[in-house]
Amino acid sequence: MTWDQVVEMLTSPLMQRALLAAVLVGAAAPVVGTFLVQRRMALMGDGIGHVALTGVALGWLVGSWANLVPQDALAVPGAVVAAVVGSIVIELVRERGRTSGDLALALMFYGGIAGGVLLIKVAGGSNANLISYLFGSISTVSTTDLWWTAGLAAVVLGVGLGLRTALFAVSHDEEFARASGLPVRMLSMLVATIAALTVTIAMRVVGLLLVSALMIVPVAIAQLYARSFGRTMAAASVTGVAVSVVGLVLTYYQDIPPGATIVVLAVLVYGVAAALRPVLRRPQPVRDPHPDMVDDVLLADDDVDEVCVETPDPAAPGR
Amino acid sequence: MPHATVEAPVVRADGVGVALGGQHILTGVDLSVASGEVLALLGANGSGKSTLVRALLGVVPTSTGTVQLFGAPLGPSAPWSRIGYVPQRLPAAAGVPSTALEVVTSGLLHGRTLRLPHGARRRALDALAEVDLADRVHQRVQDMSGGQQQRVLIARALVRRPDLLVLDEPTSGIDIPTQATFVDTVARLRESGTTIVVILHELGPFAPLIDRAVVLRHGRVVHDGAPPRPRGDHADSFHDHTHAHPDPEPPPTGPTLSVEVGP
Repeated sequence: MTWDQVVEMLTSPLMQRALLAAVLVGAAAPVVGTFLVQRRMALMGDGIGHVALTGVALGWLVGSWANLVPQDALAVPGAVVAAVVGSIVIELVRERGRTSGDLALALMFYGGIAGGVLLIKVAGGSNANLISYLFGSISTVSTTDLWWTAGLAAVVLGVGLGLRTALFAVSHDEEFARASGLPVRMLSMLVATIAALTVTIAMRVVGLLLVSALMIVPVAIAQLYARSFGRTMAAASVTGVAVSVVGLVLTYYQDIPPGATIVVLAVLVYGVAAALRPVLRRPQPVRDPHPDMVDDVLLADDDVDEVCVETPDPAAPGR
Repeated sequence: MPHATVEAPVVRADGVGVALGGQHILTGVDLSVASGEVLALLGANGSGKSTLVRALLGVVPTSTGTVQLFGAPLGPSAPWSRIGYVPQRLPAAAGVPSTALEVVTSGLLHGRTLRLPHGARRRALDALAEVDLADRVHQRVQDMSGGQQQRVLIARALVRRPDLLVLDEPTSGIDIPTQATFVDTVARLRESGTTIVVILHELGPFAPLIDRAVVLRHGRVVHDGAPPRPRGDHADSFHDHTHAHPDPEPPPTGPTLSVEVGP
């Protein structure tokens, strides 16, 4: 690719908006993803994504009743409301107990998708209208979309970074957080809510079905190399921006779907990073974890000058 | 304990009952711990020791009765900065690594303090140095041995300089140096007037430090008073070695055995 092509790409308003959206989403999604992985809720984003589809269709329905132009003007607000409500319900189900929660979440996922498909038909649309939400349409990002994305990304990053230690405390050891009097439920709801907001802003970039990938895969890559929570989060965020921008630029030159390209790229990076890990990772110095530890049993080749065996086993051979 | 009579008790439980999943784990537990006291909670596996301290700290909800900490009802208004809790073990590792420093730093948050105070890093490093982990502050806790993880948990509880320390079976399944760290820590804190509630399977090396013992059986208090004698406790009526359910604890004679073997 020549310099002229790069300039041409960067001067296209369409591409400028798309790139900005990709950077914002790529940076914000892994921040939330780090907390979700820590809480063992890596699939929560998928659940919220499914529920958000019903929200998109509901927004569409309300828009068509109110004769709004375009018809899907309320799709994003609808998705925001449905995703936030859905994430809070998921969090409440999780809090109640894990066994039945699994089943309840599954019900919610299927209900979300089916509800969306059904409602879009009622609203006078077709399944084709949902495709751009399911798989993303970053190349059609409007200025209004960009403002939504920027505003929500600011909220997500502000909460996720500003309350990082508190959210870490709750995600790392919920029992200790409760025994410290932390508002565990409020903080858990906060994680769920910023996850929901991330789903709705990432919806335009990678689509609802792939939203969770952008939250989780960069974290999966980062934790291969990082040694701390803070560095995992930072590295995941940088990785998220990198794969989003590179994926988007690829689709500028090739006729391939941006959302899928970004996700496939991220998964490829994970594969390469995991394969190279034994080579690249700084070797741990070999050291005895407990050098002061007193040995508790005597082995055959140890010095036998200490009094240790009061009654030798008569059955032992060679004694 | 000169203040014990004028101050509100550090922990006060009245008729506490806990039901989990329809089963009554605790019924009608009354408990009062005075300032500066070192209290051992004893009982067989499944007798409700852990559930009691978790109820006292608000980890599990109580179905009946009331709990007061430093005279304030359990809840947002309780003085959480004065309370340190050491659970039995770290939660199972998740996918995200976290260093000893990060885990201990999180212990500086409590109640409505959701952001770190100034000098948080310094305080966390000091707390880790106190448990002999100064050279491992940047190591992943997931990579540490069980004993080292336990030390991280003590440091996390001590980093906020608590007036009440609650320990859940601190000596179960850990190496002898770490057990010694626990005993030293409890002795030092007792000296400085810290109130301590410790769950123990048997008194073991803690015996000389214990002021009072409460024995639970089937979720009820069956003994509240002087600690059982250090040796010969197997003969006492309340010493119960039956294992109600499988438990990852080591044989309870572990620590004492090493003391007795010698030239």
